[in-house]
Amino acid sequence: MRIGVDVGGTNTDAVLMDGAAVVASVKAPTTGDVETGVVAAIARLLSDSQVAAQAVKAVTIGTTQFTNAIVERRRLVPVGILRLALPATESLPPPVDWPDDLAQAIGSNVYLARGGYEVDGREISPLDEDEIATIARDMRAKGLDAVAISSVFAPLNDAQERRAGEILRACHPGGRITLSSAIGRVGLVERENAAIMNAALVALATRVVAAFRRALAALGIAAPFYLSQNDGTLMSAAHVERYPVLTFASGPTNSMRGAAFLSQCKDAVVIDIGGTTTDVGVLARGFPRESALAVNVGGVRTNFRMPDVLAIGLGGGSLVRDGDPVSVGPDSVAFELTEKALAFGGSTLTATDIAVAAGLAKIGAGAAVARLDPALVRRALDRIHAMVEDAIDRMKTSAAPVPAILAGGGGILIGRELAGVSTLSVPEHATVANAIGAAIAQVGGEVDRVFSYREEGRDAALTRARAEATARAVEAGAAPGSVDVIEVDEIPLAYLPGAACRVRVKAVGELAAGGGGRT
Amino acid sequence: MKMRLNLLGDFLRGTAFLGTGGGGDPYLGGLILRQALEAGAEIEIVDPMALADDAFVVAVGNMGAPTVLVEKMPSVRAMVACLRAMEREKGRVADAVIADEAGGVNGTLPMAVAAMTGLPVVDCDGMGRAFPELQMSTFGVHGISASPVVLRDEHGNEVTVRARTNLGAERFARVVCTSMGAKAEIASYAMTGRQVKEAGVLYTTTLAIEVGRSIRQAREQGGDPFAGLARYFATSADKRFCQVLFEGKVVDLLRETTRGWAIGRAILDGMGASAGRLEVRFQNEFLVAERDGRMLAMVPDLICVLDRETAEPITTEGLKYGQRVRVVGVSVPPAMRTPQALAVFGPAYFGIAEVYTPIERLAAG
Repeated sequence: MRIGVDVGGTNTDAVLMDGAAVVASVKAPTTGDVETGVVAAIARLLSDSQVAAQAVKAVTIGTTQFTNAIVERRRLVPVGILRLALPATESLPPPVDWPDDLAQAIGSNVYLARGGYEVDGREISPLDEDEIATIARDMRAKGLDAVAISSVFAPLNDAQERRAGEILRACHPGGRITLSSAIGRVGLVERENAAIMNAALVALATRVVAAFRRALAALGIAAPFYLSQNDGTLMSAAHVERYPVLTFASGPTNSMRGAAFLSQCKDAVVIDIGGTTTDVGVLARGFPRESALAVNVGGVRTNFRMPDVLAIGLGGGSLVRDGDPVSVGPDSVAFELTEKALAFGGSTLTATDIAVAAGLAKIGAGAAVARLDPALVRRALDRIHAMVEDAIDRMKTSAAPVPAILAGGGGILIGRELAGVSTLSVPEHATVANAIGAAIAQVGGEVDRVFSYREEGRDAALTRARAEATARAVEAGAAPGSVDVIEVDEIPLAYLPGAACRVRVKAVGELAAGGGGRT
Repeated sequence: MKMRLNLLGDFLRGTAFLGTGGGGDPYLGGLILRQALEAGAEIEIVDPMALADDAFVVAVGNMGAPTVLVEKMPSVRAMVACLRAMEREKGRVADAVIADEAGGVNGTLPMAVAAMTGLPVVDCDGMGRAFPELQMSTFGVHGISASPVVLRDEHGNEVTVRARTNLGAERFARVVCTSMGAKAEIASYAMTGRQVKEAGVLYTTTLAIEVGRSIRQAREQGGDPFAGLARYFATSADKRFCQVLFEGKVVDLLRETTRGWAIGRAILDGMGASAGRLEVRFQNEFLVAERDGRMLAMVPDLICVLDRETAEPITTEGLKYGQRVRVVGVSVPPAMRTPQALAVFGPAYFGIAEVYTPIERLAAG
């Protein structure tokens, strides 16, 4: 059996699953430190279901701790920032365009060194190994253990970043190094920003992993645990300690993956209606479509892989105001729904009250709701559906109607067919789709390297890359035989000898029974 | 007038608007300016009509691929070096710098040079928008030579191109730029104050700031930013024609990258006040807008695709399916519509068969 946990802003949801069956689910309040709430939710899950801790074979957690640390500027450590680029890029030294308070939290320990690549693959400057060694010793002397390394066009060639990392490790054994090429895509400023944030979080990641490990042991769970990352696959504890930023935005991803699992639909629009907002995203082959734009995290521009989600201000707690036209949201009573909404004896008209009045849900006492003007109810319902239809229309990639899945507690707001949707499914357990998404998450393996097509031929190179990605997924804990290659990207590199091509292959598989793999 | 931190946001929004979908994202240029202003640099913007007739003015900026610029940001030091090389070349010390292209990133870069050198920037450029090639400039149309063109990279490699024609200057400089990693800092169009006054599109820095401000103020006052834009152009000194040509949703996108140009077309389905279909063709910048086979606007008139609610400018790379946009057309000054100007940057040069008709005449039917 597996436990999946998803930490949201208000609730920490947890599910216990036996294969594809949901054995038990709980919603517990999210706590300030996150860990306490997660442990409380798991403890309740075990006691509710009367399942022994030993029967749990894996625990997967989707957490917001790392996003919160950046947003709240807490628990971050100073970062030694090394950019390999001189004589290029001196006009904007890192960190570029950071809010003052966040920049202060990471300190001003910036090193610009020779290095980097041109778009055609030539070096801007060769790496000066002595220069890097001097910088490494300076970082060590200053006690800068968190290090971020970036270089120009590292996504095309990461050799200089890797070599600089080796020199740093040799001269500064305590250093924990983040390479920009491991995290982001083309766009120096955005990729470098993501690397710096990651470095600032590495120390926290070690503590979080240790805390979860201790807490699970205290509950008698000996199974390995994983954290979910923004692409919907799992990270081993060891991987989280190195790349905590990859947990950003795992919440929407988990929700969409859970919805796909519950509905058995791999290509669909997912509409997740919560208390305050509705997230609309698109599933392609069971995974969320990624955003192509720069993503702002805590006031900083980044470009690492994030699900493309459109959030609109519509939820079960959204305030409804009569007028022409009637307005719904974006303000919401949120977690005070059960005190303030009419259906619960309060005095605020919310979207939930409209759903109750329309007979879409039976919640609360309903006396006040029954007195609502039927015309207002009808117009508010029209407005709610129009808002959702509009969001779906914005996210679709073709004009044809698409299947859609409704998830989240606010799904009761939808009571009829939606324009642009071919079939709408509302699966059972949809209110905890996020925790289910964490529980069923798969294990991934990735290869991202430059291959020479002239040397070994394109077919042979791709075969080798696929085999390596598959092997990495198995090494990370996937069951052999369950691994599928889900993505192959080829970026030909002009002007390089040997028909060089950057190949990115991603493979995913089911978590092997009993966990396994490196934790 | 001075560039100040509190003007910068409006200025950048305005340069993106004038970029008409291309010209490179002014984001990085804006960061360089902010850094300079925060460090106490002064950036003086001078009225072109206040220039002495024999003042020596040099255009500075960046040439190359926007995709390279996001990895290898513009080098202010190299631009200043280009300027100095031009001064040696001409045996004169510059009195001011100027943008050849007010739209996109190149609208911001002369100010960065001004911040470093203390020279003023002229409130003027050679197009009041963005164009993809060096010869596409009213400076060139008026017979001013783009050559010598000084190109320089971060290493200090420097090449001076002396071509017989401005089209030749574009061709040779482009090759040098590619050798420098598809991005080079350049100085070109060295000219006199009198030439600037005669050949330039005047007050385009002010135009950028005021366009950005009119959008922001309308938004802040809870009004319609498009109405704000229309009001601005109707009352601006040169009284330009400005109209929302179409309101719609992007339903199809066709793109290809050919010879380094981002070429393509977007198809929009009408919504709100607009019926029918709009096709917008682009080559780096938006070139023509055609509704159901009827031409609404043609290059060099400005075709700007803006977010339907916020009026934030959208670049050709930023277009995606499902976006709700309004397409705004703005007329250009008469100097950009002469037969000589149209020969250099009119529809025919971009391979468009239709004969240029001014946007206001197209609107009148």
